[in-house]
Amino acid sequence: MYLLILAILIPFFFTALIPLIHNRVGSIHLGWLVLIVPLTLFSIFAVHIPAISNSDTLMQTVHWIPSLGINFTVYLDGLSLIMALLITGMGALVVLYSIYYLSSSDSFPHFYAYLLLFMGAMLGVVLSDNLLVLYVFWELTSISSFLLIAFWYHRKNSRYGAQKSLLITVFGGLGMLAGFLMLHTITGTFSIREIIATIGQYTDHALFYPTMFLILLGAFTKSAQFPFHIWLPDAMEAPTPVSAYLHSATMVKAGIYLVARFTPIFAGNAAWFWTVTLVGLVTLFWGAYCAVRQTDLKALLAYSTISQLGLIMSLFGLGSAALHFGDGEQGALYGLAIFAALFHMVNHSTFKGALFMVVGIVDHQVGTRDIRRLGGLMAALPITFTFAVIGSFSMAGLPFLNGFLSKEMFFTASVNAARLPIFGASTWGLVIPIIAWVASVFTFVYCMIFVFRTFFGTPQSKKADRKPVEPTLGMLVSPAILCVFIIGLFFAPNLLGDHLLRPALNGIIPEISGATPHIYAWHGFNTELFMTLGIVMVGTVLFLTFRSWIKIIRFQPAGWTFTAIYNSFLKNLKRVSNWITTHYMTGHLPSYFAYIFIFFTLIAGGVLIYTGALSIDVTSDSPVSVYEGLLTAVMVIAAISILFAKSHLSAVLLNGVLGFSIAIFFVLFRAPDLALTQLVIETVTTVLFLLCFLFLPEWTAEDSSKRTKFRNALIAIGAGVTITLIGLTVNSGKLFESISGYFENSYELAGGDNIVNAILGDFRAFDTMLESLVLFIAGLGVYTLIRLKLGKGSGKDEHQ
Amino acid sequence: MNINDVILKTVSKAVVLIILTFGIYLFFSGHNHPGGGFIGGLVIASAFVLMFLSYDSETVSEALPIDFKKLSGLGVLLAMTSGIAPMFLGGAFLSQSFGYFDLPIFGKTELATVTIFEAGIALTVIGVVVNIILSISEDE
Repeated sequence: MYLLILAILIPFFFTALIPLIHNRVGSIHLGWLVLIVPLTLFSIFAVHIPAISNSDTLMQTVHWIPSLGINFTVYLDGLSLIMALLITGMGALVVLYSIYYLSSSDSFPHFYAYLLLFMGAMLGVVLSDNLLVLYVFWELTSISSFLLIAFWYHRKNSRYGAQKSLLITVFGGLGMLAGFLMLHTITGTFSIREIIATIGQYTDHALFYPTMFLILLGAFTKSAQFPFHIWLPDAMEAPTPVSAYLHSATMVKAGIYLVARFTPIFAGNAAWFWTVTLVGLVTLFWGAYCAVRQTDLKALLAYSTISQLGLIMSLFGLGSAALHFGDGEQGALYGLAIFAALFHMVNHSTFKGALFMVVGIVDHQVGTRDIRRLGGLMAALPITFTFAVIGSFSMAGLPFLNGFLSKEMFFTASVNAARLPIFGASTWGLVIPIIAWVASVFTFVYCMIFVFRTFFGTPQSKKADRKPVEPTLGMLVSPAILCVFIIGLFFAPNLLGDHLLRPALNGIIPEISGATPHIYAWHGFNTELFMTLGIVMVGTVLFLTFRSWIKIIRFQPAGWTFTAIYNSFLKNLKRVSNWITTHYMTGHLPSYFAYIFIFFTLIAGGVLIYTGALSIDVTSDSPVSVYEGLLTAVMVIAAISILFAKSHLSAVLLNGVLGFSIAIFFVLFRAPDLALTQLVIETVTTVLFLLCFLFLPEWTAEDSSKRTKFRNALIAIGAGVTITLIGLTVNSGKLFESISGYFENSYELAGGDNIVNAILGDFRAFDTMLESLVLFIAGLGVYTLIRLKLGKGSGKDEHQ
Repeated sequence: MNINDVILKTVSKAVVLIILTFGIYLFFSGHNHPGGGFIGGLVIASAFVLMFLSYDSETVSEALPIDFKKLSGLGVLLAMTSGIAPMFLGGAFLSQSFGYFDLPIFGKTELATVTIFEAGIALTVIGVVVNIILSISEDE
């Protein structure tokens, strides 16, 4: 019934199960049990392929907060299906690979819990139709990837990388949330479907451009686009299976997905076209350029991921022009770019996943990933070598591998873009194919470096830590499957094209129904083919003369990087916040109270006067009875007496007098629930006070100067007057109709005679639930503060 | 502290029972009379606190093998689950329902799903209050 919603929740359920089962599985590797999850999910999504390729869509809704338009709506169309298949398919392969990769000293329960959490979050992102639900899952991917990157948290670099990725992606995510809220202000709905249907009327709205840029900020930070790409190389501190999963197949694709999903909302607009295209192209070039000068294989792959993501991003930018033209020949021509983007996205996942696994094998078997210490591994690792060749030649865009096809389509799209008649492309359009070509030359060079520097040349076994041999069969299965895809997709690309890519294209631009792109391996002697030939020639020359020019590229003044800016920003942030904190956190309770009350008086009192709400009307007030007057007198005397108390005990008891008097007030006003609660709370608080008694320091009379006393008196009187004024004003100034009439129907609506209880449990249960959560967290806080004293368990961390 | 607290111990044996009964009564009567999850939980918690005060914590822990940390966690989980469950039955988050049933002994009785939610709140309150007081009293 709610199969898709369950599919999102299954990983979370399983995450919760892991702590319960991991001790019981005994000698079986936990990974084998976890593997069931992605396999099941993959088959759940795979059965939808026939229906989706017939242009069906599937929508399931569970109400969450319907009054605010926030519902857990799951929407499955071509685009979400292809993403879901990538997430679960790659997930299965990565789990399988990790079973052989992880060493027994790693904590399996943590690893698989984080991985499943991440998988569920990613599925939530790509399947949600509701903006806020999407945002919740979006941030959950940030958090779970933070945990995964910091998996080896005893290493300083892991913690640094995890923090960097969290700060940058959450920063973008918050911007995106602001964009989502603006989008809601513009259109009045949180449903992406409905927004797409109505957005045409709102393109002149004042918030339209801010919304667009804020949402792009989220997408760019998540997809590691220039200049936010700096977190991705540091995220490589994660275990290699994690890198393969997060940073080639899933997390970074979330930004790509977001751009694709929002294309119908913002496309057909020059600002969107140029922003997405140019950011993508700059990222493409910069990533490829930086990749060439890396010496660590994983860092090389990290920059290559950045570069490839830029490529996909720029294709989505180019393709957005199709929405300007709508149905027709022109629309189909530019819609091809989006088709190519989707195709390359799938291809990238296959070859990048395989390459990461190859690096993992090299690292695992040889003990190093440093290119300068590697070489001649072809004889020792022949199978791994084959995978490396297939993966990197596909990435370089060489024939007989799937990367070739999407690369050619990328060139087609960039050449088409140069001829684009709108958005001022006639003057600047030629820049696009030129950047694309130059970046591709660098791509070719680093792909060759990857293969030839690692596997050819003289074996450097003396420098390596271990004698390299081929790994166990299990480690080779996952890259082997990916390599089969890499080759298979070259020979039968239209199988994928017709069943998955075309529905996905229709999911993004449904207007262009006539567009049925066909993928050709041989497309004649045209510009694109000559561009490829040029790349191979220039790239080969550059690779052969590598040693003579690499020193120039590697030369870069320290501090001229975006990471340096990021670091200095963090350092200054720390300094400034430290300065502020030490100035207000004096450890002196009276000054804290002074701050709180000053702010309270200024803000609450200020608002009261500023808005003119201050109006006291006592005519309709009920008369004060003798009991109430007496009780008030008792309370006033007790409160004043606390100031002159001579010991802890009398202060605590006087405080108790105040509390119990309030309880009596509740009795007088016929609020038995409140009176009961107040009585029990007061009793428990007094017991708590008495327990703490032993640890309190000597009661010393405060010996402060007259000036301080005068200042404190002023603050106290100000706060008291403000509270009194608020109390007196509340009854006179009413901005809204009273809602108490609604609660009076508690018997009919909630079946309860007790209104207070009906409010707590039925009408406003959300408050109650969150309060109990707060109470729970506070309880845990007290427990950890007191029981688990600082210093335990932090001994094994590196403190470099 | 070795003061002779025979009277306290004897009295609290009886009083704890009374308080517990009262707490449970408050919990169930909450829907129509003063009471409910929060107050019921607090009263029950205060009974436990009295036990810990009159006997030492080891004796009570032996007699009552409850992990109050876990109890509070269970409470939060129960409250949340009772909120999420109706979402899968077509209702909104935290929507509650009630009905009247003829039960063998009680006759016509009102059964409301809000009781499950309230039970979660009560367990949370009991767990947290006892846990805080135990933590502070056992601190050296």
